[in-house]
Amino acid sequence: MTYPIETNTLKVPRRAFIVGAAAAGAGLTLGLRLPFDAAAVGAEMAPEVNAWVVVKPDETVVVRIARSEMGQGTLTGLAQLVAEELECDWANVTTEYPTPGQNLARKRVWGDFSTGGSRGIRASHQYVREGGAAARIMLIQAAASAWNVPASDCTTDKGVIAHKASGRTTTYGKVADAAAKVPAPKTVKLKAVKDWTIAGKPLKRLDTVDKVTGAQVYGFDLKLPGMLVATIKAAPVTGSKVKSFDPTKTKAMKGVKQVVPVGDTAVAVIADTFWHAKQGLDALAIEWTSTQNDKVSSESIAAWLKEGLEAPEAFVGNANGDAKAAIKAAAKTVEAVYDYPYLNHATMEPMNATALYTAEKCEVWCPTQNGESALAAAIKASGLPAEKVDVHKLLLGGGFGRRGMTDFVVQAVLIAKQMPGTPVKLLWTREEDMLHGRYHPVMQAKLVGSFDAQNNLTGLHVRLSGQSILASVAPQRIQGGGDPLSFQGLAKGNGDHAFGYSMPNLLIDHSMRNPHILPGFWRGVNVNQNCIFLECFMDELAHSVGADPLAFRRKFLDKHPKNLAVLNAVAERIDWEKPAPEGRFRGIAQMKAFGSYVAAAAEISVSGQEGNAIKVHRIVAATDPGVIVNPAQVERQIAGSFVYGLSAAFMQACTVKDGHMVEDNFDSFDSMRIAQMPKVEAILSATGGDGSTEPWGGVGEPTICVAAPAVLNAYFAATGKRIRSLPMKKHRIRLA
Amino acid sequence: MLRLTINGRDLELDAEPDTPLLWVIREQAGLTGAKYACGIAQCGACTVHVDGEAVRSCVLPASAAVGKQITTIEGLAAGGTLHKVQQAWVDNDVPQCGYCQTGMIMAVTALLKSKPQPTDADIDTAITNICRCGTFQQVREAIHAAAKA
Repeated sequence: MTYPIETNTLKVPRRAFIVGAAAAGAGLTLGLRLPFDAAAVGAEMAPEVNAWVVVKPDETVVVRIARSEMGQGTLTGLAQLVAEELECDWANVTTEYPTPGQNLARKRVWGDFSTGGSRGIRASHQYVREGGAAARIMLIQAAASAWNVPASDCTTDKGVIAHKASGRTTTYGKVADAAAKVPAPKTVKLKAVKDWTIAGKPLKRLDTVDKVTGAQVYGFDLKLPGMLVATIKAAPVTGSKVKSFDPTKTKAMKGVKQVVPVGDTAVAVIADTFWHAKQGLDALAIEWTSTQNDKVSSESIAAWLKEGLEAPEAFVGNANGDAKAAIKAAAKTVEAVYDYPYLNHATMEPMNATALYTAEKCEVWCPTQNGESALAAAIKASGLPAEKVDVHKLLLGGGFGRRGMTDFVVQAVLIAKQMPGTPVKLLWTREEDMLHGRYHPVMQAKLVGSFDAQNNLTGLHVRLSGQSILASVAPQRIQGGGDPLSFQGLAKGNGDHAFGYSMPNLLIDHSMRNPHILPGFWRGVNVNQNCIFLECFMDELAHSVGADPLAFRRKFLDKHPKNLAVLNAVAERIDWEKPAPEGRFRGIAQMKAFGSYVAAAAEISVSGQEGNAIKVHRIVAATDPGVIVNPAQVERQIAGSFVYGLSAAFMQACTVKDGHMVEDNFDSFDSMRIAQMPKVEAILSATGGDGSTEPWGGVGEPTICVAAPAVLNAYFAATGKRIRSLPMKKHRIRLA
Repeated sequence: MLRLTINGRDLELDAEPDTPLLWVIREQAGLTGAKYACGIAQCGACTVHVDGEAVRSCVLPASAAVGKQITTIEGLAAGGTLHKVQQAWVDNDVPQCGYCQTGMIMAVTALLKSKPQPTDADIDTAITNICRCGTFQQVREAIHAAAKA
């Protein structure tokens, strides 16, 4: 019987480097940094107009996308921006990923591939739009030259070029080859946001159909001719190494081809199928070296962080006036200590990468949020020169920050090196994924507010104590011993993560304490805990003086009109000024995160014997990212943020025991189901004008931070109980 | 050798009988629409139909499906036309990353067979798949749309 249906077998592509007149598109790189010398390029030609745009003779427009799609909609949004300036027919638009190797060879013509920090669109909109606009000018010029008329007399609409005076028309597909030979314009003028007809519209995603038929190839699904499958076990405790393993039994098992060390910290079993590899790995006894880290537990980490709350030395992230003096002189102070646990990203698709290594080349296929760092990791792990290595990006089954890391890429290459000529697909089990994450860092905070005799707030001190992500993943970005990212949402100035209130005396400082657990960027990053700390404590301050939480916040928002606007928007929609319906209780929160202003209002009820079941009936969430490229996708990111944020707040923590992580699957690290999903009403505003004057904000992450504090504040309104230590499950409070 | 009927085709597959059905479908039959995500029947990404019932195939020994009709997401569309649930998913732009959505769709098609007009409460009880992107609002809308189609 013949049935492998090999519909998803990818051909191993020849190195499809692209050169030619099209490299004139390099004029659009706008001074982007070149990290390596450009490699010599091959000669396989794609009929592109410029780096961003390929128009095929059948009028299909292929828009090249440098950033990674992981569900957030960036692929569609970026294509809308290019298509807007190109003035092509949206119905003909499709997309493709250039490889990071091609980017390197073409002097980073596509710019940065990194897809994190909600930057996919906001950090590249300028040059991708210029790419679309330049391609349009080149297409017009090609037609005008053929007609021997001035380009300025020609117009474009939906991929058709017209010369009104002579009544002639042609199409992008017909002039694309000629357009590729037209010199790229030196400058282009971009459309104002108000004139958009493709961008700014709630268009459907471009990548849906294959996702509903099963045809979509994720990294887990990849098939290459002759491919083997590996699965891996890394040292349970970071810092530990492989002491010994005996492959005899495993090697004798059905389907097992090889048992290999991976560096000095992991062992992989390679077999004909994943299931055989997993059975082989389950049967393999591995001894690990012991380390000092074996003694570390969640309790020992918490005790260490607690010391940091009172430590005399701390890195100051934001300050004005003299908060300590204000607190000393206060008629009344309010004080609270909060804490936030380690969290795993728990992408639905566990980590994986496929590699094919020979002495001449190394190719990697993987879901990655950063093709260029995946390439750099593959180059280093393979030991080959940069031009002999490339990475093929695949659609991500979730990213949330985890897939910006390259540990799984390195592992795949190290395994493939031991099987030269054979492609090996490395698949992590869920357990491996849960136990070897790059975790949302742990943090505690002590907050002290001071009031004068008239109940005016006179000072606020926020002391953070806990782990720095940058100290682990980018130590070169540590400044003066401090991690500026720790202050996301609390930062001084007017930047992406500016503190959203004006306080008379303010001190926000951080005592950095870095346990051995590897931290990472977890969707929302440090605004997650900072917004809970600040916005729950603002509630505490308000209640301590008998003030309404909204009215109390407004006192400090005079100089923050955009923060105030989103806060007012959610308050108005949820009818804050009127009493909540019988048995319902409300909470609010706001913050600036990733360049966007976000606010949420939650309406909940509590039930159960001890009032420990929370039903979130309604969420109103406002976002102002300045410019909105696809409102339908923005709404989906907002709604999804409540799933991600409330799953964490209620159900999730990664516990450390004997130096290793404990929770190893969804039975101990649960996630919200549809029954628990609140109704989310999104309010979108875009105060960024024509899109040229202010930085655009991000969308994928900001809203997560307001999810938990809005609900926690509503829980306080309902019960008078203030939850300061997450997740809620440790207080036996659940999401109904 | 294992004889299974997948999407109406009788197949003779080189797999041990205790291999989870998911992996036989993915690795021996070559159909990768059903996904691995937890391996312990918690998340539903591996959902397929066995004799019309939604099952979490990551914990079901393949031998338990011998002699039964197995339907995967690849077998849902008939004659090149999307199933009404798939069509509702497209119309409502449901998937974000999409990794869990094939399992979600298989769970929903089984629900609609037993309850052609499900209430929100029916949906809450029957659909327990995990979606980390959190596209539940669109899932609910699309279920109601498919029920009307």
